[in-house]
Amino acid sequence: MIDPMSPNPTDSLIERLASELKPTARSAVSRFICLGLMAGACVSALAVLWLWGVRPDMPAALSTGALWLKESFVVALAGAGIFAMIGLARPDGTAGGPAWIAIGAACVMALLAVLELAGAPPAVWKTLMMGKTWATCPWLILALAVPVLIGSICAMRSMAPTRLRLAGAACGLASGALSALVYSVACDESAVAFVFIWYGGAIVLATLAGAWLGPRVLRW
Amino acid sequence: MQQVEERLKTLMVQSLAGDERAYRSLLDDVARQLRGYYGRRLRERAAIDDLVQETLIAVHSRRATYDSGRPFTAWLHAIARYKLIDYLRSNKLRETVTLDDAPEAQLASPVTESELAHQDLDTVLEEVSPLQKSLIKAVKVEGRSIAEVASSSGLSQSAVKVTVHRALKKLSQRFGRGQTHD
Repeated sequence: MIDPMSPNPTDSLIERLASELKPTARSAVSRFICLGLMAGACVSALAVLWLWGVRPDMPAALSTGALWLKESFVVALAGAGIFAMIGLARPDGTAGGPAWIAIGAACVMALLAVLELAGAPPAVWKTLMMGKTWATCPWLILALAVPVLIGSICAMRSMAPTRLRLAGAACGLASGALSALVYSVACDESAVAFVFIWYGGAIVLATLAGAWLGPRVLRW
Repeated sequence: MQQVEERLKTLMVQSLAGDERAYRSLLDDVARQLRGYYGRRLRERAAIDDLVQETLIAVHSRRATYDSGRPFTAWLHAIARYKLIDYLRSNKLRETVTLDDAPEAQLASPVTESELAHQDLDTVLEEVSPLQKSLIKAVKVEGRSIAEVASSSGLSQSAVKVTVHRALKKLSQRFGRGQTHD
């Protein structure tokens, strides 16, 4: 029997929610996402500085194009990941633009790597592609991406993503690229081919990990 | 449609700024829209009420994800749709309902109850064998007696009872959440 004096449950819910209302800033989504990413990236940066420190030849490297190309590549991918996260954090969001930025950055880098190899004698191709650290570089970047991925997923969980796999992939892309940026402070590899293959590979793996996690951890 | 969008968007912008009165009337309005949206897709009254309330809570706790530069109704619809898909998945119901309305039809009149009920029944009965399906229809839907069904199908009365009982059990395991009324 419905008691006419007791309010209907939906009405009392609305009453409760309305009484909990606090003003919300317009920029809340992007601020919260950046906060989550920054928190994770700080942990990774501390780990890099504590374990390896800044590469010894950093002052000299700062004046080379190779360093700035490497940094531009990972910054472009990080930017694409962050904007994709901000887009997909909204229920009706999309990430077409950022996806094209990431694909564009990868294509430019691939082209430059091919040009670099074409201009070098075949004897050094192996060195250009494998460097001295190919066996550890991608795994270190992946490991350093873990705290960033945790931060980004925590931020995303308080949002309203409806395409969970894509939202997870965006978290993975942003985390992998930021982790690569942090790692590049300690890594003295400078060949374009090396950066494209091993940095790019690690970032792809981080993106896939995020896409796998998305539907599992982002449900709300 | 245009008016709904304008009204709700204005209320939402005021709500985000902290206006409690605007927020209360926004939620009332949103609850009405949601009742229509879920009512057109689901039959069970309890499920509709649950979804309306759950979606209201989601609207509240995730209101920061609304971008005032974009349409409010699209934002609300995306949340309602997500909650519906989530409900269908977690109850292992097949997605036989349409998730999207044509935008101008979002407030259109609901489909009649019996029409929906019939569709749902046929979908549900796909899960059991043809014999079980025909016996359930005869006993539970057409309301014929066990004896009558037994003589017309050539089975014993206890075989009919057992078959129907097993089929119902299977269906309640498949679809229900412990709501077996035998």
